[in-house]
Amino acid sequence: MSVITYREAVRQAIREALISDDRVFVMGEDVGHYGGTYAVTLGLLEEFGPERIRDTPLSESGFVGAGIGAALGGMRPIVEVMTVNFSLLALDQIMNNAASLLYMSGGQLNVPLVIRMATGAGRQVAAQHSHSLEGWYAHIPGLRVLAPATIDDARRMLAPALEDPDPVLIFEHAMLYGTEGEPSQDAVDLTSAAIRRAGDDVTIVAYGGTLRTALGAAQVLAAEGIDAQVVDLRILRPLDTATIVGAVAHTHRAVVVDEGWRSGSLSAEVASRITEEAFYDLDAPVARVCSAEVPMPYAKHLEDEVMPQVDDVVAAVRAMGA
Amino acid sequence: MTGPQGLAIDATTVAQRDELEVLLLREMIRIRRFEERCVELYSRESIRGFLHLAVGEEACAVGVMQALSPDDAIVATYREHGHALARGISMRATLAELEGKVEGCSRGRGGSMHLFDASTRFFGGNAIVAGGLPVAVGLALADHLRGRHRVTACFFGDGAVAEGEFHEAMNLAALWHLPVLFCCENNLYAMGTALEFTESETDLSLKAASYRMASWEVDGMDVLAVREAARQASDAVRSGGGPHFLEMRTYRFRSHSMYDPDRYRDKSEIERWKLRDPIGQLTTQLMSRGVLVSADLEGIEADVAAEIQDAVDFAAAGTDEPIEELERFVTSPPAPRDRP
Ligand SMILES: Cc1ncc(C[n+]2csc(CCOP(=O)(O)OP(=O)(O)O)c2C)c(N)n1
Ligand SMILES: [Mg+2]
Repeated sequence: MSVITYREAVRQAIREALISDDRVFVMGEDVGHYGGTYAVTLGLLEEFGPERIRDTPLSESGFVGAGIGAALGGMRPIVEVMTVNFSLLALDQIMNNAASLLYMSGGQLNVPLVIRMATGAGRQVAAQHSHSLEGWYAHIPGLRVLAPATIDDARRMLAPALEDPDPVLIFEHAMLYGTEGEPSQDAVDLTSAAIRRAGDDVTIVAYGGTLRTALGAAQVLAAEGIDAQVVDLRILRPLDTATIVGAVAHTHRAVVVDEGWRSGSLSAEVASRITEEAFYDLDAPVARVCSAEVPMPYAKHLEDEVMPQVDDVVAAVRAMGA
Repeated sequence: MTGPQGLAIDATTVAQRDELEVLLLREMIRIRRFEERCVELYSRESIRGFLHLAVGEEACAVGVMQALSPDDAIVATYREHGHALARGISMRATLAELEGKVEGCSRGRGGSMHLFDASTRFFGGNAIVAGGLPVAVGLALADHLRGRHRVTACFFGDGAVAEGEFHEAMNLAALWHLPVLFCCENNLYAMGTALEFTESETDLSLKAASYRMASWEVDGMDVLAVREAARQASDAVRSGGGPHFLEMRTYRFRSHSMYDPDRYRDKSEIERWKLRDPIGQLTTQLMSRGVLVSADLEGIEADVAAEIQDAVDFAAAGTDEPIEELERFVTSPPAPRDRP
């Protein structure tokens, strides 16, 4: 295995799926001739043709709904939505149809659909291209929500997502596409959170784009003699509460890092579960490091200020007296 | 707009044609009497929630369904009892669903607005105005990709035409030349708002035509006309002619739902439309031609009454889904590999 980028890892996963299952096709804005907004699908049109690498009009609701219908019709669509901000135009289809059809139909209609989209800030693209709204989707029963943070997960999560008989949303943090690593050959599961760094003093819970922040903070803390354990949620719904609680029971302290806004966020959910299930293991209140509650500003220094940074996480850990 | 080519009904002999017409009449009466019984059951609180009746609009559901094949797919709206019955979902399963019983076609999970039946390829029962259109496009896309010669018939009202999802779906279907039969039931009102208050262009088939889609208008109060237009349109769709749009001009005789006091239209308007009652018109025709005599009509009514009574008894004897099953089908049952 050689070193590849996150972008290449996703592309390899899609290519493998297209080769191994003729029910799989890719559909979205600029996935074909343009090569993918983030160049994920570059070259696939040439290899698989326009029926399977299907450029769509700017109709998020229309083509996400069409993905749902195609899934009902026996296909295994991979629908790409450019960014999570644009997915709001398809929220009706995702929520009212994809997530609800199985239940509403009394178990008759599965929607084996995969929707991928970019999320997150860091590229100075301001308030309509930068938000982390995956927590909203994690609110919805009937969906499985994934946040691959590593090259391995970027490479390996798609196959089981396509095997899932129910709708799966995959959130790819835009800042991760250029990161590099060496994927392993092993299959991954879609149920469990992962301990990305062992440690005894404090648990830092993160996912997607904030995993790097958490690991960076752990490194700084190590130099100060604080041994941080880092949990990567990987699956935002259903949450692997057992792994989170087990980790906190070991370190007795927890910081949750979330690029979403604090109020009503995924970090709030994780913190609640920790207090519900590990309250007596805690030596300090659960801390959270989230994005500032503003629409994302353009200016670099302001964007940096909004996003959770390594220093913020380090400061939160120090403040809890680890 | 070019229309379907006259009334070139496929039933070739006179006897076949008579038989077909009687069948269409019987189907419409089934739906009418069923919905009338639903009103009673609603007053008795056996049915709750929203109940949208299509009394007056039966020719649309019956005419289109009679033109489709078992392989075709149907996507409907919240005003879909008639479509469900005309498609072949049993009256028992339909009524049990309206009463929230586990024997219902959606296990009592859906109610009146969410009738589903995989075995007749009835994909709901969608209560988001225009929410079913993109799904219909996708079902047709799947057929296109698999090389299957099937039609997806998608029903919606005039109100849906104002939604973005309508336009997105029309464009996708036309752009990709997909086998969708768009069935617009134009009853002139979206809840209490008349079409003229919501559309700059009230000729809906013109809108469809602007997507370079074959687009026909048909008298939605004439079941034979609907059936023939739907037959020609679905044949064309099935044989690769691309999506077709049928605007069925119809009218609902009753209020929008059981909550609607119906303040927004003149009683005289309703009375005028009732003169064109699809059931009344066809009955008169068949009787004047001597195809049907009073005794036949009584026979149909008696059969229908018996079927309804059987469904009412079935639903009344139905059971509640056990509370323990509340979370069943939020997601699929665990697969061996991916779930704990
Ligand atoms: C997206 C959406 N907006 C509003 C409503 C509320 N609503 C339910 S039915 C209806 C009228 C729809 O009219 P039309 O499409 O003409 O169908 P009809 O009821 O006449 O059969 C409205 C506004 C809804 N269900 N969904
Ligand atoms: Mg209407």
